Parts: sequence; C-alpha cells; structure tokens
Amino acid sequence: MRDAVARFVHDGDTVVIEGFTHLICFAAGHEIIRQRRRDLTLARLTPDLIYDQMIGAGCARKLVFSWAGNPGVGSLHAFRRAVEAPGTAPLEIEEYSHFGMVARFSAGAARLPFWPLRDYMGTDLPRVNPRISSVTCPYTGEDLATVPALNPDVTIVHAQRADADGNTQIWGLVGVQREAAFASERVIVVVEELVDERLIRSDPNRTAIPGMIVDAVVVEPWGAHPSYAQGYYDRDNDFYVAWEDISRSPDRLTRYLDEFVYGVPDRAAYLEKQPHVARLKAKERWCAGVNYGY
Amino acid sequence: MAAVAARELQDGEVVFVGIGLPNLACNLARATHAPRLVLLYESGAVGAVPERLPVSIGDPALVTGSLMVCGMADVFQCILQNGRIEVGFLGGAQVDRYGNINTTVIGPYARPKVRLPGSGGAAEIAIHARRTLIVAKLGPRAFPERVDFVTSPGLRPQGRLRRELRMPGAGPVKVITDKGILEADDATGEMVLAALYPGVSMSDVRAGVGWSLRCRPELAPVAPPTEQELRLLRDVLDPKGLFLKQ
Repeated sequence: MRDAVARFVHDGDTVVIEGFTHLICFAAGHEIIRQRRRDLTLARLTPDLIYDQMIGAGCARKLVFSWAGNPGVGSLHAFRRAVEAPGTAPLEIEEYSHFGMVARFSAGAARLPFWPLRDYMGTDLPRVNPRISSVTCPYTGEDLATVPALNPDVTIVHAQRADADGNTQIWGLVGVQREAAFASERVIVVVEELVDERLIRSDPNRTAIPGMIVDAVVVEPWGAHPSYAQGYYDRDNDFYVAWEDISRSPDRLTRYLDEFVYGVPDRAAYLEKQPHVARLKAKERWCAGVNYGY
Repeated sequence: MAAVAARELQDGEVVFVGIGLPNLACNLARATHAPRLVLLYESGAVGAVPERLPVSIGDPALVTGSLMVCGMADVFQCILQNGRIEVGFLGGAQVDRYGNINTTVIGPYARPKVRLPGSGGAAEIAIHARRTLIVAKLGPRAFPERVDFVTSPGLRPQGRLRRELRMPGAGPVKVITDKGILEADDATGEMVLAALYPGVSMSDVRAGVGWSLRCRPELAPVAPPTEQELRLLRDVLDPKGLFLKQ
C-alpha cells in the first residue's frame, strides 16, 4: 500500500476512493493521510467517514460529491466545519445529485465530454453549480440536463478478490466502482484476497474490473474496516456512531488520527488496535454454482 | 407515522426506499398487507428482503436474498429514468407549502447556517417517481412557507406546472406527519390538511406549519396503529428503537 500510494497518488491529484457504503477503502485513505498528500480534489458520491478524516487531516482542497452525511447516523463534522465556517479550513465544494455523479463517471468511462440526463428541472442545484448545464436533443428537440465527464487522476477500488494482474471480482453492492475505474487515468485495486487466475476464469461474469486497466494490486485483508466487505465482514456500526462524537471536536479528531493513522505504520498495525473486529466476521451464505459449459 | 405511511403502499408496487422511517414503513407494509411490495434501494438492491433492520441504505442485509443487485448507473438510468418506480419515499429537514423539500442547506448556500447532507438520489426521485410520499415531523422550522433551498422539487417548480418543465412524475401527493396527513390540492398545488390523528386538533397541526394551512372541507379520521402493527414495529422490525425514537 505504501508503494502504491507513493507511486500513483500525487499532490494536487483528483482522487476517487469509491464504494457505496460497501467496500470503502479506509486502508488507502489512511495511507494517503500518512504520506501527507495535499491539495487533493476528493471526489465520491458519499464522502463518508474516510473523506471526513482526509478533510480533517488537511489533504483536501476541494470536495466533489452528492451526499455528505454519516450514513444511518448523522453528520460529517470535519466537512461541516469546513463549509459552515470557511475561514478556518477552506474547502471548495462542487455538488451534484447521485444521478449526476453516476452520469459524470459514465461519461468519463466512455471518454465522452458530458452525459445527458433527464434531471434537475425545478431544483436549485444548477443555480449553485454552473457545471450542471443543458443541451437540446438533435433528434427530439427536448432540453436535457448535462453533467461534465469526471476523469480522476487515480481511482482506488476495494474488492473481495483479484488475481496478480488485477482482474478484480466484486459481489454485493457494486456502486459505481466499475465506471470510476474505467474513467480514471490510474487504478489501484485493494483486495481482501489475492487469488489464482484460474479462480477468476472459473467465474468471469463476476469480474467488474479487468486487469488491463489496473496499475497496482494491493492485498489488504480488512482494508475496508470500518466499512464492510460482503462475505468477509460486516460494517463496524459502533465506529460510525462513535465518529459523530469524534468528528465534532477538532481535538478529538486529531487524537484519533494520531493514534489510528499517524501512530501506526500500516494496516496490520491498525488491526492490532481493533481487538473486537472478530465479531464482525461474516456468516456463510453461499450461492449455488452455475454451469459455464457449452 | 410509520404505520400510517405503510398503509399508503399497495401490494406489488415498486418503491424507492430511503433510510429511516420510510424504510421502516416499507418493511412494515411488506410484513402486513403488501407482501409483494418490491423494495428498491439506490445502492442497487432490488426486491430486498432484509432479515434485520438495515442501518443504512447500503446495508449488506439488503443484498442477501434480494432479486437483483445492480450498479448505480443501472438504478438511475435503467430503472428510475426508465419510469419503473411507482412510489418514491422522501424525508427532509424542510418541507414547504408546495411540497418542495430541502436536504441541502439551512441559510444561504455559500455560507450556510447548517450544512445538510445534500440530495443523494432525492432530486431525481422527486422528479421521476410516479408519485412521491413525504414523511416529516411537523414544526414551524421544518415546515416553512418556502424552503431555503429546493433539493427535491414539489408541485409548482419555479411557479410553473411540473409538466411544463417535462417532469415525468406527479410529485408529492401526501405529506405524512406526526399529527396528521397533508394532501396536494390539485387546483393550487398547495399542501392542505386532509386527515387528523386521533386526539389531535386542527390548531395543533397549524402550530407546526409556517404558512396559513388550508383544510379540506371534511377531515378524514386516521385509525390508530393496530396491535399487530405496533408489535411488528416494536418487537420485530426495530427492536432497538433505532428509528422509532427519532
């Protein structure tokens, strides 16, 4: 992880760590904080705790997003402080809805300049974000909203498994990881397990990201904690609840980062400080196999 | 509120579910009169049958046993924009006279007094769902004459009819509150009082609304939650009171 971040994540980059509640790569976010990257444009549908931590750590210049809350719990207070009192920690924001962000990644993945969508009429979002525009359809004459392509410098995707070439399989909620990876200039895949290419080939429909677009594969078990990995471990909801209190105070947030991010060299050391994660281990719910024969 | 909201859902409908009370209401409906209700979450779970109350709309329990898990591009393009959602269920910090919802900012956008999470999928759900149900607790700050920011458009966007702006869905048809039910008035697009909960007076409701609320000529009574509904909500669906307490 240290090498992948050092090599592929640079100051000033547009960085995407995707994953909708599921498979959010906290291990990568922590490494970026440890390596003290600065002036990043952080883009993600739901900034979640990981971007709140990166904002609190001073990594971000700008946030591009569509829903900035603590899912099922409340607020992201480092984000709120930066936006409600811009004097203290300036953070530029560029805001869409989920459909808008999804469409931005779709355009980016297809290498088109924009994506049309039937959206935003009657809302105040285009008023505060001039990048939400419109186009007249050449076939029907209908006015359609448009959003610009999002092509990150680097996208980091956490997944259940990949082979050494980065052929990556994901199951459970898949969010926009596939589109974000294809839209990106560089792709880092972080996995719970490194598997043999034969296992990938035995179930090719499950491959979300092909190795041809992957620059680095990092093996990092429990790398999504306190987020979750379907079939591996559940969300550590107690930590999401605790973040409400930690993030409310800049001092507590700094103490958290000192202990669990700066204070550890890597993910293995972080996990040693999480003695209770075993309770989150997933129960077994296997699917029936399918026949790929012909 | 959860029980009243559940009764609005018909068996077999496809409902786009938000977290919190909408989620509780949808699961209650599925456990009572609407076993074939299709729960669809913006996270991509279609036909979810959660065995525990999901703590968020991205909960792994939504995946296990569902009919389909798709990417979010499919959720918004192939399902929502395709016109497949019959009911959208929304909440919000502010709801106004015309059913506009604000989940973005209290105060000016550039320097907000309170920065809220933002749209998520709520803007497009309000535009595309064939009808929308809003769930919110009454209060003068929660129900202002005009919201500070229109995240999800209601019935008179920019003073015009929704169809003039080519919005596919009918918009908010009802606002289910903790004291009664407001319904959209067809002629004006205004939310008017249509039903009161047992023991609630009209002035109780008016005290929680920031505009001069009009009433239907005859108010419908709302049956209190049945014992079965209460048992399911308290003992089965939300035993820890995660959402019922709110």
